[in-house]
Amino acid sequence: MKFARTTGQLDMAEALRALLDSSGGAAVARSWADGDQEPWRRVWDRLGEMGLCGVAVPHRHGGLELDSVELALCLEELGYAGLPGPCLESIAVVPALLADTDAEQDWLPALAAGRAVATAAFTEHVPRALDADAAAVLFRCDGDSAAVARRPDGAPERSIDPTRRLWKLDSGGTTIAGARVAAAFDVGVLGCAAQSLGVARRLLDTSVRYVGERHQFGRPVGGFQAVKHHVANVALKIEFARPLLYGACLSLDSGAEHAPRDVSAAKLAAAEAAHFASRTALQVHGAIGYTAENDLQLWLTKATALRSAWGTAAWHRRRVADALADGCTAPIGS
Amino acid sequence: MDLSFTADDIAFRDEVRTWLRENVPAEPLPSLETERGFAAHREWERTLHAAGLSVVSWPVEFGGRNASLVRWLLFEEEYYAAGAPGRVGQNGIFLLAPTMFEHGTPEQQRRLLPRMASGEDVWAQAWSEPEAGSDLAGIRSRARRVPGGWRLSGQKTWSSRAAFADRAFGLFRSDPDAQRHRGLTYYLFPLDAEGVTVRPIGRLDGKPAFAEIFLDEVFVPDADVLGEVGAGWRVAMSTAGSERGLSLRSPGRFLAAARRLVESWNARGGDPAVRDRVVDAWIGAQAYRLATFETVTKVLDGASIGPEASLNKVFWSELDINLHETALELLGPEAELAADSPAAPDGGIWADGYLFSLAGPIYAGTNEIQRNVIAERVLGLPREPR
Ligand SMILES: Cc1cc2nc3c(=O)[nH]c(=O)nc-3n(C[C@H](O)[C@H](O)[C@H](O)COP(=O)(O)OP(=O)(O)OC[C@H]3O[C@@H](n4cnc5c(N)ncnc54)[C@H](O)[C@@H]3O)c2cc1C
Repeated sequence: MKFARTTGQLDMAEALRALLDSSGGAAVARSWADGDQEPWRRVWDRLGEMGLCGVAVPHRHGGLELDSVELALCLEELGYAGLPGPCLESIAVVPALLADTDAEQDWLPALAAGRAVATAAFTEHVPRALDADAAAVLFRCDGDSAAVARRPDGAPERSIDPTRRLWKLDSGGTTIAGARVAAAFDVGVLGCAAQSLGVARRLLDTSVRYVGERHQFGRPVGGFQAVKHHVANVALKIEFARPLLYGACLSLDSGAEHAPRDVSAAKLAAAEAAHFASRTALQVHGAIGYTAENDLQLWLTKATALRSAWGTAAWHRRRVADALADGCTAPIGS
Repeated sequence: MDLSFTADDIAFRDEVRTWLRENVPAEPLPSLETERGFAAHREWERTLHAAGLSVVSWPVEFGGRNASLVRWLLFEEEYYAAGAPGRVGQNGIFLLAPTMFEHGTPEQQRRLLPRMASGEDVWAQAWSEPEAGSDLAGIRSRARRVPGGWRLSGQKTWSSRAAFADRAFGLFRSDPDAQRHRGLTYYLFPLDAEGVTVRPIGRLDGKPAFAEIFLDEVFVPDADVLGEVGAGWRVAMSTAGSERGLSLRSPGRFLAAARRLVESWNARGGDPAVRDRVVDAWIGAQAYRLATFETVTKVLDGASIGPEASLNKVFWSELDINLHETALELLGPEAELAADSPAAPDGGIWADGYLFSLAGPIYAGTNEIQRNVIAERVLGLPREPR
């Protein structure tokens, strides 16, 4: 029993954080939102060089072939950095979808190297593909079948998060035999939870810094107890969402029967943490937080977008409830 | 990162499970907050001790098994899952003992710990005073130096189970000229000593074991000063860490309550009206378990638990209320039946547990105080005026 991230894992997160910090941060997100993909591509190339785009890709396709814990750790950092783009889809979902199919050779080497990005839609819970215009390949999953989808025409829907462009994909296209739709969906749920947790942590850090600097009544506003308790509550949500995320990683990696239940629990807790963190961050920033100029909006709106992506809270609660009603009460992570 | 246990850990868990299955009383004992229940629970502590299971994490020489923290957690999970009686010795075992391992003299440890382990001495915590609750550094009860020891005088209050306990540990002002956190000393004293008067105070749930303690020139020998004279605050913070952290409230009891909640919900046809609350409470208990394993891993790797214990305290106290409120909602009109009413559903466990859970955000340092600690000492925000 060693239920904590290892030094190696923490070092990996730190290296990724440093790279993302030095890559332009919020400016990358803003340019992406404006339709200029170049700055983002430069970051992606560097991630590819580091091997991070292939964290979940098998060695034989040039990936690092690491476990869900590392995958979650990376996605958490991407959420923390507010990096836009179909990161979750390329790094986590598509590798899981294509695992051991005839199509994996076609795409995984390019994805692992960061030379290509991919995106995917799942009819029920991810009805539109994120950033299809930027992807080299699009997948459309319907029920338990998956197909390579045609590039959509027309214009995307705009998300509440200005960095997300959402594209409806037509049915049809080449079916991928043996694609693991259900497993890929659960990896997407897990990754979305990880990203949400990163977003929550970023909102907390930003809030703590701001209330320590902003003065009213001759004191930093962070010295007022009402404000302190708001941010303490955010820390609480994060502190007790994180273990659920990493517990779900263990369930997923061991192939436990209750892994879907556990990724749902992680998603619920992480999305709630991010939502709560966003509400609180806005409140403690006051009006400045309500402006498009302030970078807070990038994480604030992402928290909202991720909350309904990859299954709503209501759907995930029902999934956990159904498992519990079936007598599936084994501990999370076992 | 892994959550698997060694074969030895599992063998230990199985031994505990088997013993509990064979020994946990079939009929629940009367409440340990009553005189009769207190005696019955003390007897149970003796039985546990005879099986070598009262203090599994302590060194063997004091009656323990030197069990690792992981095994202790497994023990706790089994203990509550088996519906075993509440621990009447908890103040001593979970609060005072860790402090005594850290600050006690070898003589104190030899003299006091074995009696605590066997239930011969049940301890009460004598910290709060009528004028000093959250502001513990504002205590006024005094200790006056006399040859060979000290004389304690003053009034303590809200002391859990002090009405029936044998001994108490408390903070007193030993230097009348020193302010606040300075000049305090931590003393151990018998509740039947000359000059001690204990007056029970009925609790919200009607149970009489809560008490206030009046001290009038009570003699305490030097041998019963815990830690250094004047260093009482530091010693007390070690106890408080245990109270807020994982020592007092290991996940076992919340896991057991969550499992019972899911069972009650299933038994009532999976009532959709409370489904979401049941799910959230169950997930909360799981989160607490996993977070505890994370803390234990860090402790085993050499870290010590600091102000993060306050995160723990707020979480478990709110989780406990959630679990019980959800259960009451599930029980519908039956929910108002008092625990000892013959028709009380599920043996009254929810009614009893609910009233007890309500105290969680107050004792062990109120949740407002814990949120201050989180904001200031975990997140680094400016400190409150004090
Ligand atoms: C069931 C139960 C068992 C207990 N057992 C014991 C025991 O065994 N031994 C013992 O010594 N004590 C015990 N206590 C006492 C407990 O530790 C105190 O009740 C607690 O520390 C709060 O003190 P108080 O009740 O005086 O409340 P107060 O300190 O008077 O607080 C009243 C309210 O004001 C708030 N408040 C106070 N100061 C601040 C601040 N700075 N910022 C924000 N809010 C503030 C509090 O949070 C609370 O909401 C027990 C209490 C209960 C309910």
